[in-house]
Amino acid sequence: MAQLVQYIYIVSAALFILSLKWLNHPASSRRGVWSGALGMLLAVIGTIVGFPGLLGGAGIGNVHNWGWIVAAMAIGTVVGVPIAYIMPMTAVPQRTALSHACGALAAALVGTAEFYQTNALHETLPTFQLVALIIETLLGYLTFTGSLMAMGKLQEVLPQRPITYRNQNAVNFVLFVIAAGLAVRIVLVPTDTFLFPIFAGLALLFGVLLIIPIGGADMPTVIAILNAYAGLSACAMGFALGNNLLVVAGALDGSSGLILSIIMCKAMNRSFTNVLFGAFGQMQTSHAQAQQRPYRSASAEEAAAILESAGSVIVVPGYGLAVAQAQHKIRELFDNLMRRGVDVKFAIHPVAGRMPGHMNVLLAEADIPYDRLYEMDDINGDFPQCDVALVIGANDVTNPSARTDKTSPIFGMPILDVDKAHTVMVIKRSMNPGFAGIDNPLYYMDKTLMLFGDAKAFVTEILKELPARVGA
Amino acid sequence: MNLELGLFVFMLATFVGLEIIRKVSPLLHTPLMSLTNAISAISVVGAILITGASDATPLTKVLGFIAITAVVTNIVSGFLITDRMVKMFKKPGAKK
Repeated sequence: MAQLVQYIYIVSAALFILSLKWLNHPASSRRGVWSGALGMLLAVIGTIVGFPGLLGGAGIGNVHNWGWIVAAMAIGTVVGVPIAYIMPMTAVPQRTALSHACGALAAALVGTAEFYQTNALHETLPTFQLVALIIETLLGYLTFTGSLMAMGKLQEVLPQRPITYRNQNAVNFVLFVIAAGLAVRIVLVPTDTFLFPIFAGLALLFGVLLIIPIGGADMPTVIAILNAYAGLSACAMGFALGNNLLVVAGALDGSSGLILSIIMCKAMNRSFTNVLFGAFGQMQTSHAQAQQRPYRSASAEEAAAILESAGSVIVVPGYGLAVAQAQHKIRELFDNLMRRGVDVKFAIHPVAGRMPGHMNVLLAEADIPYDRLYEMDDINGDFPQCDVALVIGANDVTNPSARTDKTSPIFGMPILDVDKAHTVMVIKRSMNPGFAGIDNPLYYMDKTLMLFGDAKAFVTEILKELPARVGA
Repeated sequence: MNLELGLFVFMLATFVGLEIIRKVSPLLHTPLMSLTNAISAISVVGAILITGASDATPLTKVLGFIAITAVVTNIVSGFLITDRMVKMFKKPGAKK
């Protein structure tokens, strides 16, 4: 039986790898999801049928405490199903943060339980397993509170503004050194169980301190990093329990979080090492220039006329579009213009939305075909030939001073070259600078028309103007 | 399990992960994150192993119970919501 479990785990690990491989394209992605689910089911069944006994041997007969296990699984299922179906797509970042928190908490608790269990039985773990266990609990607890903080910021329960205080990095560093010192002491003298709660408490506190200095705009990066941490804590659990399947699955999750955080950092021009140590709130100091400069605005009727006569339109959506729930109206505009022979594309900046790839999901939900969604590098070359760039709810990612103005806080950040289009139209509530408080010269260009209003209401207005012109 | 073998597995799995995830289209980065999150709920294995042991102390049982609840929530909601997301990506040209 013990042999069989290992074979089941091998199949399960292979299914996880295939699952991620199939996710590389929308056409095979559903197969990817279900092979991942199958891998998980096999892993659970394998663990139960091949449960290790105390005196060697393995089998389902060794499983005790069925009541606890089954009850926990039932509660998890009852809670999980509604979360999956009720959660609106705009809230996916919060759900992801919450599930990072749950996964990390589980890893931390398993580590804690194992630590006290071995102590209660007067056993000692081999040093390397103990080290793994400590890493598991450290990452687990800090990711738990860190993810809860991230969730609070995304849900706007907590202030989005970075919370900073003097000597923040020094305080964090000192705390980290104390935690690391305690960790070493616990590894050397595992019988000092009283140190463990202090260690766990510091890890929990550290998670909070790591996230509070980070502003709302940086959330995509933070979520990606927490993803990596959650994966690594599962991986460390694999070492602590001597289970290769956990090591593989944790490593897959860790590498995914790593790649996504690197992509997000590049997209926001942040250094990766800076982000790893949580010291990346500082760039958000307000640079608002309360300068009055002339700009041009236009009505829905004029906007409709320009869109109708255009040959090609590139829509640049931002998170504001999702906030205004304008996705479905944009789809109608897209359909309407495509029927008239206008070539409509969507330019997606990597940090559009609140987590990596969020905007794509929001547009896909509105039934916009995915071959119309273009990545930044693929579409930037198209702006100079494009008649109209329509910016909806996006701000900093279109700011040309990222290319030109060395004093700008976002200088060097890769942007969508909206300013190169023949005509630029920006739907915006008012001339107030965006969340980051950075003025956008795009709005004052001669070819830019400001369309003031709520994104959904304004697009509805444009749509009203459009059908009236059919056949005219 | 010995340490060397574990590290070997870790090293190989990390490289495999980096290679296959690099190929995932940015279009699907949100589903990717929710899928990898569901997969990392493999810690359910560890949670079952500690909770189901015959010598589990009451503390272990309680912590294990919370851990299983948390990860099973992740597994169920993670796979289902990822499926819900990828279903929405319509084939090019396909009218709804």
